[in-house]
Amino acid sequence: MVQQRTNPLRKYIRNRKLPHFFCPGCGCGQILNYFLKAVDDLQLDFKKIITIGGVGCTARIPIYLNTDSLHGVHGRTLAWATGIKLYRPDLKVVIFAGDGDLVSIGGNHFLHASRRNLDVTVILVNNFNFAMTGGQVAPTTPFNSVTMTTPYGSKENTIDVCKLAVSAGATYVSRWSTAKPIQTVKSIKKALQHKGFSLVEILSQCPTNFGRYALRTGDPEKVLEWIKNRSISKTKAEKLNEHELKDKFILGEFIDKKRPVFQGTTLFKEEDN
Amino acid sequence: MAIYIDEKICKGCKLCIHFCPNNVFQMRNKINNKGFVIPDVVNESKCTKCKLCELTCPDLAIFVE
Ligand SMILES: Cc1ncc(C[n+]2csc(CCOP(=O)(O)OP(=O)(O)O)c2C)c(N)n1
Ligand SMILES: [Mg+2]
Repeated sequence: MVQQRTNPLRKYIRNRKLPHFFCPGCGCGQILNYFLKAVDDLQLDFKKIITIGGVGCTARIPIYLNTDSLHGVHGRTLAWATGIKLYRPDLKVVIFAGDGDLVSIGGNHFLHASRRNLDVTVILVNNFNFAMTGGQVAPTTPFNSVTMTTPYGSKENTIDVCKLAVSAGATYVSRWSTAKPIQTVKSIKKALQHKGFSLVEILSQCPTNFGRYALRTGDPEKVLEWIKNRSISKTKAEKLNEHELKDKFILGEFIDKKRPVFQGTTLFKEEDN
Repeated sequence: MAIYIDEKICKGCKLCIHFCPNNVFQMRNKINNKGFVIPDVVNESKCTKCKLCELTCPDLAIFVE
């Protein structure tokens, strides 16, 4: 019998928790894998990272990581992160948030953390719906999609999270998808090394809820294919007009700049960055 | 060189088949202890060790050595 060898990245995982809770083919599992790969490539010290998840499928990613982590208040990840970062600026704070978590219930925290340029990394898993509670419409659900709560198609306009972050003042913003593993890992690495508010939005497949309601398929591969067909790179998108870009997701890096980070307003500190 | 699939934690989502550029994996009728139909390594000689399967497996079940 051959000796069973396992993925070396599993050394960062609470192995007794495996197999994890995600559905077969869920993008959250892939993003967990991409994050571990990025951390491994950068050789970051896991003792100096705090991971935070709110509530949702995505928010369960920190449960499997062998870091100190917080979990369990819907939408308030950035409020926690602000507190941690002001008290212990030496720690690296990474947030895993779903689209509902970050831009629906936690939308306000998101705006103000971007505005202040809080030094955290946000990994937004955009699966186009509220997945954990059964596939309700979210601010990121594409126009006219059928979801659990919009049986005749959603008539709400979607929010472009990356544009919102850029205009609110975030200093590193990019959007990739689970179908682009190499670019996503590269972008997560950049975000982890960036000083300031960094957001990596990752379009992700939710076969169980978004797939079945909106796309009429529970096959992760088909949902992935749907994301792939709708995605377009930033350089290509610049040549197209608004009408042609209507149903498209633009992938790429939207901003990468430097700005003083938030250190609290009741303390006097010399500007040192 | 070898490709290992951790049968206990594989959920049979078939994403390795989707991402593999050389059709190394295939669904036969292997079933694991949780009742999932899981993929088999059929064309190991075609593997170029790009490790896309290892990176994209949602369950961290694959290891390419
Ligand atoms: C204050 C509060 N409101 C509502 C809920 C119910 N709830 C649990 S998970 C969830 C949806 C989370 O969606 P998202 O953040 O997109 O994560 P996903 O499951 O899609 O990864 C909601 C509304 C809750 N737990 N707490
Ligand atoms: Mg969601």
